Amino acid sequence: MAEIKESFFSAEGLEKRLAGKKFWKTMMTEYWIPKDINFLWAMGVVLATTFAILIISGIFLLMYYKPDTALAFDSVNYTIMQDVAYGWLFRHMHGVAASVVFLIIYIHMFTGIYYGSYKKGREMIWLSGMLLFVTFSAEGFSGYMLPWGQMSYWAAAVITNLFAGGSLEAWGLVEWIRGGFAVNDATLTRFFMLHVFLLPLVIIKLIVVHFYTLRIPHVNNQSSEDIDYDAEAEKYLAGNKKESKVIPFWPVFLSKDFAVLGIFLIFYFYLVFFNYNFAMDPVNFDPANPMKTPAHIYPEWYFLWSYETLRGPFFDMFGLKAGDIGLMIFGFAQAAFLIVPFIDRDPDILPAHKRPRFFIWFWIMIIDLLVLTVYGKLPPTGANAWVGFYATAVFLLLFASMPFVTKADAKARGAL
Amino acid sequence: MSDKTNRRDFLGMSFAAVAAVGGAASLVGMKQAWDPLPSVLAAGFTTIDLAKIDLVPGKPQTFTWRGKPIFVLEKTADMEKFDGDLVIGDKRYTVSIGLCTHLGCIPAWKKDKWKCACHGGEFNSNGQQVFGPPPKPLNIPPFSVKGTVLTLGEEGEQSKAMMTARA
Repeated sequence: MAEIKESFFSAEGLEKRLAGKKFWKTMMTEYWIPKDINFLWAMGVVLATTFAILIISGIFLLMYYKPDTALAFDSVNYTIMQDVAYGWLFRHMHGVAASVVFLIIYIHMFTGIYYGSYKKGREMIWLSGMLLFVTFSAEGFSGYMLPWGQMSYWAAAVITNLFAGGSLEAWGLVEWIRGGFAVNDATLTRFFMLHVFLLPLVIIKLIVVHFYTLRIPHVNNQSSEDIDYDAEAEKYLAGNKKESKVIPFWPVFLSKDFAVLGIFLIFYFYLVFFNYNFAMDPVNFDPANPMKTPAHIYPEWYFLWSYETLRGPFFDMFGLKAGDIGLMIFGFAQAAFLIVPFIDRDPDILPAHKRPRFFIWFWIMIIDLLVLTVYGKLPPTGANAWVGFYATAVFLLLFASMPFVTKADAKARGAL
Repeated sequence: MSDKTNRRDFLGMSFAAVAAVGGAASLVGMKQAWDPLPSVLAAGFTTIDLAKIDLVPGKPQTFTWRGKPIFVLEKTADMEKFDGDLVIGDKRYTVSIGLCTHLGCIPAWKKDKWKCACHGGEFNSNGQQVFGPPPKPLNIPPFSVKGTVLTLGEEGEQSKAMMTARA
């Protein structure tokens, strides 16, 4: 390090010490983004903003919430909702954002799958993103327990019971997770800790990793063209902005993002003020009662597809118990999309509409996930059970077929 | 120079060993901090006097033991006789932990069987699974019998025999 003579209390002195301009250039004004993108490329910034909304609204809820089975329900439904100024607003903002953040995560994820943005140099972005999805799921689940209503309690009972499945029961894992024989005060307090401290900390770190893994390989573009960023950046900096295929992250790309963000926030605040009920299950306005299961238990909409794979196989097969098969598929479903970069055998990065067989695969996957989502909410009886069974089978077949589908596309194109 | 390198290696390995032991010990401590508290483990004997609860045959009652529901059903004459029944005098009872063995929801009694609302599992009046994802029959709590009094939480001959018969 060179000795710095400029005063600490001067702009140039600070600049010498922190190299803020260089940092700003690397992260902002000379972080190059392709021009050939659409509104789907704004989802990252939309997600970052939604996460900020969750943190800020969460801080205000945290100041009145009480993580105690005797006090939790009233601290939410009485104190926060009726006594605290704008408490209702912070709760509805938090609940709606928690729901909407998954909608955007799914859009973000399937944009990546559609445009092949997970492969050939972008694997780390995909993996860190999928870890974020898993951590967000844990965050959503732990948060749902806190109001201590009937759905909170029974969702907690059912999901922690997953850890008593099959041979796990002998290990006493479920009692360990709950800190008791049933979901109880110790469970609530430890999930409160996870929700407000440990998991947000992990999420923030993962977001930093996710941004970092993106910075060097750069984002993909609509035609998946391999851009020479140094050459295009030179053109842009030389003033040939029209010819250059890239724009700087700030101020050009972010101004596009802010336009999309503006539309998103209108939609979001419309939900917060006029349609918050979709994120507030009526069953959860009954206090938790360990002696009475609600007539029908279902998770929030964003967990329905994987929940349906859990109960899809409702009869014994291949010498395995129905419940164990469901548990295995459910476990697989949580992490299934992690393996996408490694089962895609196509050597080229191309959008799905240029990979005809993969294009069909992609849309079957979307439809199958929608079917699983719809049937995850319906009671699992009669014909519904069979729809769930076949939709679960299709989900597994799609993953099993991906290597062959992608290879066939590459062969037809002459790339293999 | 090689003797210096060896000394450095030794220091490095000693440091790693101490850190590994310390790390493992803290993990054990952290694991135990999450274990159920002694008070939770110690609490939890429930007594039920079958002669005093006005049980109607064919209509199960629910009791609480260690935060879990316990189903007690007095069988009607038409119900199947089963080795896993608790027999006291000329009466036959089904005693079960009322949590679905799939994922722990409480099944509800509908006419002649327990139906689970969560994932559609069904159990007959013997407590055996007859439909859906439950992998095994409803569990039987450990209990002892003195006359007509059941003490839940105290392993007895009957509950052991019933568990074997049911599985």
